[in-house]
Amino acid sequence: MALPHPRVRRAWVRGALLAGILGLALTGCGPHYVLLHPAGPVAQGELHLMVLATIAMAVVIAFVLALLAYVLWHFRDRPGRTAPYRPDWTHSRRLEVLWFVIPAVILTVIAVPMVGQTYALAKLPPKSDPLVVDVTSLDWKWLFQYPQQGVATVNYLVIPTGRPVLFELTANSPMNTFWIPELGGMEYTMSGRVLPLWLEASRPGVYWGHSGQFSGVDFEQMFFTVRAVGPSQFQSWVATVRRTAPAMTEADFRQLLNPGTVGTLTYASYPANTFPAVTHGFTLNGGMYMVMGNQPKDNASQPMGSGAASPSRTSREAMHTMPGMSGR
Amino acid sequence: MPAFVPYLLHTLFPPTVLRPTEIGADVLIVATGVIIVTVLTRQKKWGWLWREWLTTVDHKRIAVMYLIAAIAMLFRGGVDALMMRTNLALPSVHFISAEEYNEVFTTHGTIMIFFMAMPLIFALFNAVIPLMIGARDVAFPRLNAVSFWLFAFGALLFNISFVVGGSPNAGWTAYPPLTELAFNPGPGENYYFLALFISGIGTTITGINFLVTILRMRAPGMTLMRMPLFAWTTLCTSALILFAFPPLTVALGTSLLDRLFHASFYTLGHGGMPMMYVNLFWLFGHPEVYIVVLPAFGIFSEVVPTFSRKPLFGYTAMVVSVVAIMVLSYGTWVHHFFTMGAGPSVNVFFGLSTMLIAIPTGVKIFNWIFTMWGGRIRLTVPMLYQLAFIPTFVVGGATGVLLATVPVDYQLHNTYFLVAHFHNTLIGGTVFGLLSGLYYWWPKMFGYKLDERQGKWAFWLFFLGFWVTFGPQYLLGLEGMTRRLWTYPLGLGWHALNLISTIGAYGMGAGFVVLVYNVVWSMQHGERDLTGDPWDGRTLEWSLPSPAPEYNFARIPVVTERDAWWAMKARGETTAVRVRPDEISALELPRNSAMPFFLGLGFFVLGFGLTFRWWWIAGLGLAGILGAMLWAGFDYEDRKHVHAEEIRRIEAALGRLEA
Ligand code: HEM
Ligand SMILES: [Cu+2]
Ligand SMILES: [Cu+2]
Repeated sequence: MALPHPRVRRAWVRGALLAGILGLALTGCGPHYVLLHPAGPVAQGELHLMVLATIAMAVVIAFVLALLAYVLWHFRDRPGRTAPYRPDWTHSRRLEVLWFVIPAVILTVIAVPMVGQTYALAKLPPKSDPLVVDVTSLDWKWLFQYPQQGVATVNYLVIPTGRPVLFELTANSPMNTFWIPELGGMEYTMSGRVLPLWLEASRPGVYWGHSGQFSGVDFEQMFFTVRAVGPSQFQSWVATVRRTAPAMTEADFRQLLNPGTVGTLTYASYPANTFPAVTHGFTLNGGMYMVMGNQPKDNASQPMGSGAASPSRTSREAMHTMPGMSGR
Repeated sequence: MPAFVPYLLHTLFPPTVLRPTEIGADVLIVATGVIIVTVLTRQKKWGWLWREWLTTVDHKRIAVMYLIAAIAMLFRGGVDALMMRTNLALPSVHFISAEEYNEVFTTHGTIMIFFMAMPLIFALFNAVIPLMIGARDVAFPRLNAVSFWLFAFGALLFNISFVVGGSPNAGWTAYPPLTELAFNPGPGENYYFLALFISGIGTTITGINFLVTILRMRAPGMTLMRMPLFAWTTLCTSALILFAFPPLTVALGTSLLDRLFHASFYTLGHGGMPMMYVNLFWLFGHPEVYIVVLPAFGIFSEVVPTFSRKPLFGYTAMVVSVVAIMVLSYGTWVHHFFTMGAGPSVNVFFGLSTMLIAIPTGVKIFNWIFTMWGGRIRLTVPMLYQLAFIPTFVVGGATGVLLATVPVDYQLHNTYFLVAHFHNTLIGGTVFGLLSGLYYWWPKMFGYKLDERQGKWAFWLFFLGFWVTFGPQYLLGLEGMTRRLWTYPLGLGWHALNLISTIGAYGMGAGFVVLVYNVVWSMQHGERDLTGDPWDGRTLEWSLPSPAPEYNFARIPVVTERDAWWAMKARGETTAVRVRPDEISALELPRNSAMPFFLGLGFFVLGFGLTFRWWWIAGLGLAGILGAMLWAGFDYEDRKHVHAEEIRRIEAALGRLEA
């Protein structure tokens, strides 16, 4: 063996194995592997694809490793080696075509469902009546507005189970991503844009969400919780909020825009013009967002607008004079 | 005390750079500086330093300077990494503050890519390429020195931010609006944009230089398809640099205009479009990852045949796949922001184009394995890095395909899974490749071998340390841990894997210590390379003495096939590299110049002035730059004459002169 210290190496290998086993034992494959425990159809679909791609890639990895081990074992330069030395064998058209084709086939296995799934996720399920939540990332907190209900929360969400939720994402701060791992993948929040993302919780539960895009010194505080409850419970939550929570004033809103952190907050209503209507960005159908109010609304091609035609929309100009948008 | 003194002190040393770690660094820097100055003065070495090194235009010496800088930067970036890992070892550890953590992850990434990987690559380009293709120097030797000094002063500018004024803190990608003045008022981001701008000019020049060198200066008979693969990957890397750096330059320049002159390219208000920056950055950024990995592919394509005693398997396929990767890598940049809502058709297109790039990469892996098939594999340190590279990089590529699967990326983007992916490719690919190349060409550069036994220790620490560090990070990604978090609460179950990861990081740190020990020890005790061909090599650089004389080849060899030196040895023509006295003629060699150093200094002063908006200092720097350029323009004596007699004397001393 050309390696001079097998003893050390064995100790290392054993150490690494032990660390691996210890890691698994300590963490298990428990519920905190949030990506492996989806709680809704979007996360479920993404997990399916992840499993498929992982299996396909594992096949590739295993094959390469086996081949490498075989070659090393047979062709190492050591006394008593029996494998033939063939310095002239430097080319084989057939083999080269083979390892062009095999990866191509394996990648196709992943690519085909990938295309289907990507398009599927870009549309709301047919005939659904989504709950709309307008999401604004702020420094360093999340503002959630429910245009259909008129209520607003900070740093926590309550959503009904079994019904798609259409999140309209924007920012009044540096970029963040809006992510609830158990419900599905993330999407950026960017100022001057509104991006759609739909998720759905199939079962009641409390999930956590977080931002995946670093946004400054208190980025670590960008966690929020999501409570998924039955539809009737959701209605009664809305009723309770309307009855008991304070209204958000302009001053409250401006206060939220200031950099800093807050706990969770609840509001029975919120001022108009606090969520942009106009922006760049794409709708769930792949079209561009339009200027609300300037355009006749076509509900079939603009599902974003349906139900979301709240009075809180404003024009592009208004957006740029929004408090906090300039001179910070 | 004049009034400006407190202002100056407060600007240069605001409270943010007066934290204990920073003060410690200050003390260390001053102490090191004093030691260096004292030693140089005591030994009367200032003149030597200036004449032999700082003003040199010899590609072999420039290589050594790149190497020293890169190892220093590897140290700095590594310390950053250990600070991060220490803070993440357990939940709610506050070893460093959030502000400091944000600076440290930013400088870690930026330094590792721009000031460690790039110069290490250029070190090997410079050390090897002219020797390998049978040239006396690069095409533009003085520009080569300009490249180095722009890099060096750019790196210096970036590094002083830690103790003067404050470090950048918005990640190596520096997305606006976070880098906008309103959110980031300190000088940190100015440092970032200016340092990258300056070193980027140097990098672009290097790209042009090697492109021309390889296309125009090969030995007679060395057609493109007879070139060693390392020359091919250098060619493609240079081409990538030439087309990838302009978008970066535009992104940096416009960001600077935003910050210095209140332009609104990317600002929140006034119609700025941050996403435009993101596009420009990744239009550069994705080719960049291939800029740093293609040279490693080239190195392995030299190391594997040498240590398998067999020509590279499927040479043509290897060339085609490098070129394919080069072309395809311009068409995948959107995969870095699938989650920015570009719509399904755009995402699908870029998902597929990204997967496509995995195919030529796979071809290369198989060809390396089949180069070993039927060979005689010697497990030297360069070869060990290659053997570690294959599994590590294959896993990196496989997880890359997972990330290219658009809906999967929606979940994994910006998690620790992504962090693990790119460290698999960057460490498993670039760093293992460069270390392999370093051990392989070290005797050629310095005339002695690095000790193999110590090298193996360093290798195993790196390799196992790597997997203990980054293996758990894939799982952390599945647990939903996002990147760039300075600390995390207990309840999420992230602690155990983080602890393991931190332990692995210290293992890699130990590997670095052994590596440096290996170098220092071998300087004294390493086996001298008297033959010039310690590995039984295949390409032309091994036909030269180690280290090669200033003019490289007393007589330019004639190439008739691939692996030219191997072929000469096989035909028993090793005397082909010996020269008869009458074959030697006088040479024109490039002459040393102080211009590149002063040009770099001018850029440094300009950058420093702009960082703090001290316009008169910036003006001084600009004047220096213009002065250096004028000087260069009117300095016609850029060559020196070397008499045939002197070359004969040197060749005789090397024992290469036929009687
Ligand atoms: C088979 C080849 C590869 C594929 C399919 C691939 C795919 C990807 C994808 C899709 C992403 C974006 C993920 C995200 O941001 O969500 C990514 C990120 C990245 N990849 Fe790769 N990759 C490959 C090879 C490489 C190589 C060779 C390198 C470098 C040597 C590399 C370095 C990186 C880096 C640095 C990032 C992240 C940058 C950042 O966000 O800071 N990748 N890769
Ligand atoms: Cu790193
Ligand atoms: Cu990329």
